[in-house]
This record gives sequence, C-alpha cells and structure tokens, in this order.
Amino acid sequence: MSPPSPRPLLLQGGRVIDPSRNLDQRTDVLIQDGKIAAVGTGLATPDGAEVWDARDKVVAPGLVDVHVHLREPGQEDVETIATGARAGAAGGFSAMCAMPNTDPVTDNQAAVGFIVRQSVRAGLTRVYPIGAISVGQRGERLSEFGEMVGAGAVAVSDDGKPVVSSHLMRTALEYARTFDIPVADHCEEPSLAAGGVMHEGLVSTRLGLKGIPAAAEEIMVGRDVLLAGLTGGHVHLCHVSTRGSVALIRRGKEEGIRVTAEVTPHHLTLTDRACERYDTHAKMNPPLRESEDVAALRQALKEGVIDCIASDHAPHAYDAKEAAFDDAPFGIVGLETAFGVAHTELVGSGLLTLPELIHRMSTAPAAMFHLPGGTLKPGAAADVVVLDVAARWTVDPTAFLSKSRNTPFAGRALTGRAVLTVVGGKIAHQVEAHAGT
Amino acid sequence: MTPVLGKDLVGLEHLSPEQIRLILDTAEPFKEVSERPIKKVPALRGKTIVNLFFEASTRTRISFEFAEKRLSADTVNVAASGSAVQKGETLVDTARNLEAMRIDMVVIRHPSSGAAGFLGNRIRSNVVNAGDGKHEHPTQGLLDLLTIRDKHGKIAGLKVCLVGDVLHSRVARSNIWGLLKLGAEVGVCGPDTLMPRGIEELGVCRFRRIEEAIEWADVLNVLRLQLERMEMGFIPSVREYYRVFGVTVERLEKAPRDITIMHPGPMNRGVEIDSRVADGAHSVILDQVTNGVAVRMAVLYLLAGGRPELAEAAQRSGGSE
Repeated sequence: MSPPSPRPLLLQGGRVIDPSRNLDQRTDVLIQDGKIAAVGTGLATPDGAEVWDARDKVVAPGLVDVHVHLREPGQEDVETIATGARAGAAGGFSAMCAMPNTDPVTDNQAAVGFIVRQSVRAGLTRVYPIGAISVGQRGERLSEFGEMVGAGAVAVSDDGKPVVSSHLMRTALEYARTFDIPVADHCEEPSLAAGGVMHEGLVSTRLGLKGIPAAAEEIMVGRDVLLAGLTGGHVHLCHVSTRGSVALIRRGKEEGIRVTAEVTPHHLTLTDRACERYDTHAKMNPPLRESEDVAALRQALKEGVIDCIASDHAPHAYDAKEAAFDDAPFGIVGLETAFGVAHTELVGSGLLTLPELIHRMSTAPAAMFHLPGGTLKPGAAADVVVLDVAARWTVDPTAFLSKSRNTPFAGRALTGRAVLTVVGGKIAHQVEAHAGT
Repeated sequence: MTPVLGKDLVGLEHLSPEQIRLILDTAEPFKEVSERPIKKVPALRGKTIVNLFFEASTRTRISFEFAEKRLSADTVNVAASGSAVQKGETLVDTARNLEAMRIDMVVIRHPSSGAAGFLGNRIRSNVVNAGDGKHEHPTQGLLDLLTIRDKHGKIAGLKVCLVGDVLHSRVARSNIWGLLKLGAEVGVCGPDTLMPRGIEELGVCRFRRIEEAIEWADVLNVLRLQLERMEMGFIPSVREYYRVFGVTVERLEKAPRDITIMHPGPMNRGVEIDSRVADGAHSVILDQVTNGVAVRMAVLYLLAGGRPELAEAAQRSGGSE
C-alpha cells in the first residue's frame, strides 16, 4: 500500500485553526509526502507543488465522524464504503468510523479486514471499522476484540441495538481495557422503547404514534456510566438525545468516570415537531426530542459534557422511507450536511466559536477514538479540510454523493461548507470553483 | 361563502368549526333519505368509490357502504386479506392501481397512523379516513357530535367525558378535536396506563376515578377496551377494570343529572359498560349508528361537491335539500 506520493500541496494564506495546538492565525500549510510538512507564514513553494489560494478560507484538521453506517456488506444498494467515503470527503471528513451492523455483522477479524481493504481501495475518507461487541450483535457472548483490533477495529459497539444484558456490558468494558478501545453503546431500554417510532410527548399524542420515552435512553445511560465506574473501562455513548442523559453524563464526568458522548447535528437542531405531517425523514432512533432537550444538548456540547458531534449517517432506500410512519425505517443521511448544519446553527447562533466547532468535529473525536488526525502538527498525517465558512448553499438531496437521499434538511439554507478535503496528502474532494493552480 | 372541506377528510384536528358545522348541517337532510321507502338520491350517480380496508371492520365499512349506495355511487370493497397487499404491494402502488381504473374516492382504514394523509398526498382522488392507527377516525367523531347535538340541542358548554383506553383510541382523538372546536368541555377518564402523554395539554380535564367523571359530565362516551390490552399489561384484569372503571347503573344513580351514554362500538358488555346502561333510557348508542350513515353521506357529498362537474348532479339530489 504505497501509491506514488501526490504533488506537494501548499495551502496559502488561510485562517489556520488547529485546536490540538490552540492555533488560530492566518498562515500557510505545506503538505508533502502525505504529511503536514510545515505550518508557517511565507513558506517557500517546493518544486512541482500545487498552490491553493486559501485566503478567505479556513484551513483545519480534517473532520472526524465516529458514527456512520456504510451498509457494506449487505445493503450495497443504499450505500457502499466507496460511496460513503465519497460523501464523507464531500462533507469535509477525512476519517470516519463504520458501525458493525452490516449483513453479515462485522464481528470478526475477516469482516473487519474487508472494511479496511474496501476503504483503502476507495482511497478517499479513511474508514475505520468498529467491531461488534457481541457475536452477531445478538447480545449473548463477546466477539473477539483482540482479533478485530489486530485487523484494524478502533472500537466496539452493537449500535443499532442496545446492549441489553448489563453483565455483557460489564464484561465488554472490562475486556476492552486490554486493547484500550472505547465501548460505544446505543442507549435504549428495549421494553420501554418497544414499538415506539418517535419521542413520547404531546406531538406523539396528537399524531397517534407510539412514543419512546426519554427514560428509555436515560436508564441505559445511567447504567453505562455506573458500569464504566465499576470497571474503569471507557464507555462512549452514541447519539445522546435527552436532557436527562446530559445530566447523568455530567455527573459521571464529575466523578472522574471514563465516559464520552456524541450528539448528532439533527438532535442539536430539530425537535419532535419535525414529525408532524408524518414526515418519515424525521424518523430516527433515538427520536428527535423537545426544545428543552435541544437546549441542554447544545449547552453540553459547549461545555464539553458531550465531547463531539457525530452524524449517525444512516442511508435508506427511497422506497423504504416512502411509507407510513410506522412502517418506515429509522435514520437519516448526514455526512454531507453535518458541517453546514452545525456551523449554521451553532456558530451562526453564537453558541460555539469556529475553533470550538472544529474541536468538536475533529480534534476531540480523533483523540477519543485514538485515531490519527484531528491535528495540523508538522509530521502528522496530512488530513486537512479547507472550509468556506461564508458559502451560502441550499441542501439539494439529488446532488448528494451518498447513494441515499433521506434527509430532513432538504431545501434548508446553510452557511459554510468544505471546499477541499485532503486525506493523507491526497485531494479526496474539492469544489470545482476552487480548483487550484 | 360556503366553507369547503378540501380534497380529503383526514381528521378533525385541522378542520375549522365552520367546516365541522357544515358537515353536521349537511347530514341533517340526509337523515331523512334513510327513512324513505326508496332510500336513494342521485347525488353521486356515476361516481366510483373504493372502500380500502387494511384492517377488519364491520360496522364502519357497512356504514360507509350504505352511505355510498344511498347516494347512488358505485362501490367496490377491497379488504387487505386476499388482496395484492399480502403479496407485498405497497399502499401507494395499491392506490395508484385503483386510480388507474379511474375511481373518484377512496375510503381507507389502515393500522398505521398517518396512512390516510399519506395516501391523500399521493393520489388525485378524494380520500376519506375511516380510521388510521391511533390517529383519527373523523367520521366517528362527526357522528358523535351529531348525536350529542340531536340529544341536547347544542354542543357548546356541554361536558363530555371520554372513558377508557384513550391511549390507543383514534375515536378519542377525533372526539377531542371536534368537541373542543364546537365549544364543549372535554374530560378524559381512565388509568394512567391508558392515557397518552401530555393529554391535558390538548385542553381536556383529567379524571382518574370514574366517580369523579360521572359527577362532572353531561355525556359519557365510553370507549371500547381492546381485550388484548390486558395481555400487554396495561391493566391487570378485565374483572378489575370493570370494578374500577366500569360504567354501571349504581355509579350513574349517584350522578347529579341524567347522563347521556355513548359508545362507538363494538361494546364489551360487562367490561367497560354495564348492559343495563348500554340498553338504558339515556343510551344513544344506536342513534350513533343511525347518524353514522347520514354523516358519511354528508362527508362524501361535500367532498365530491368540491368538484364542478358534480354541481348539477348535486342539485338534482332530491327534495331533501
């Protein structure tokens, strides 16, 4: 795996934001031999270098998404690792972690190796596999963490399903300590959530849809925090959606428990009212909650109680979503809208500064999952994004590079998007109008 | 200006009080049609209506069918069992295929909330919701309103309490919207296990004891308790439900006034309602059934009347206008 090194790339005159080093200044970034060669003002242009005018742009470490579903193997009609990596690159992501709820389940060394190979073949956004916690995600016995980590897995999760057995969760947290990987849990108490299709509240009452109470998530968040405290393991809580979960995570962190958490762009911006009119593009699990939850999630992200933003990119076929609400599957695509939505809603509203947002979408998730990236430190792999934070654009699902179009943000006017994504020194995506010289 | 109903009747939540009153007023003359020796007017002659039932129903389907036939429409009943639905055809494909045969209206019952609206947004024909999941059952709500108005001469200011399984009831939701819009006070009574979250925020009074509801109400609309709810653990037993929430003669005797008794049917006698109450002097349960045909005639007539080519036929629809 040693393709010829691409031309050196000089990103000239951009606002360089590197949260890993608290850097925010107008300067140049030189990329050579797949690495960050230098960061500084007035860097000389090496022979044969491509020079990219980054004035009026932001240069940052490539975005990192620790929670995506790429559907390969098993549902290649809705997404593949290659199309997911293309969508990721278009969204400014240089790395992402693929959940193991594929068909067959990614619960062994060979399956993990397959994803790594497909990622290398695609040669775009890096795709790191997450292995299943339990064999077949059946919640019965541990899968081979050691073998999977050896093949390239960066974490374990049964996402899509909760880990119902507290004993299994405990052993997973204990066993994962040997490999120093996080155990990512989809928090949902199944007997409370059974049959639910949206948040339980006034809107579900009006629509006559079965609700999923906030407590279904919070019970499991509370359990996982306690088990992380018991075991000393690192629990990572996927797509946190309620204010009660925030309070439990805050308390765990205050007690020094190794708990990290992610939140999606949609849970930060939409409420259960998006389900009115039975819009199946607002059907996801966990469901969209209430405005008080959105406010608590935003504040938690600001304070670092929630560590990062993750898209929970979940492609589905058009036909599957073109159904009655009860019958449609959960989930929406998010890779190509994540930065735009987060930037528009969180930076645009003054909640986060731009460096804080980049921290939460790159440096923090990379550190949490021990991934390369999240930094522009010289010598690091050249995973870089150039952002046009003034660009105004309208979400047009038909223009997505993902194979699927299931988004609740169609038609939404956003500000800010990636115009250049560099992975390992190679250009993985660039917006035509900005092509370099 | 006459308020019109729009293309579809999906629920009462988004109708105006004027639209609801229009339907009730239109139902009045249609009541008389069913009393004639020849129970037919030509209002919908030449129109084709499909009754598309994805859920078992006897009463509602027959009531719609009578309404359609008494308006001279041609009707076809499609039941989910034995149809293309079981072969995996989607709801939209089923409807589009029917529409390709040039139909004018679809009356749909479906187990998924929102299914009627979903269909209405995707086909050109008028869609009438005959019950979608736990969402709404608008014609039931309308016939309940008509029955209350017949009995009391008004709706505004009356206290109407829905008793029982509000959580799973589309009838309850349609009743709540319709009654509130026409100025009634609405109560709900039952165990918390059978009440949806946030129900009070819709503007209804909450009773946890049937005695308090009886003390308060002018009208009790007793909902059917689906016996499978017990298996799902919402109530411990039918016996206990009847003992705690059953509408009995003994309880009604303590009421400060005569209470009108309604039930959308089918009844579980001895579960949610005492037979002596269901068959008693203040029961209007069979009037509800009679009014159901008239209300459905009114709805079909008004939806069809939204289309100019029917105007002439509507004028010839008999002396009852």
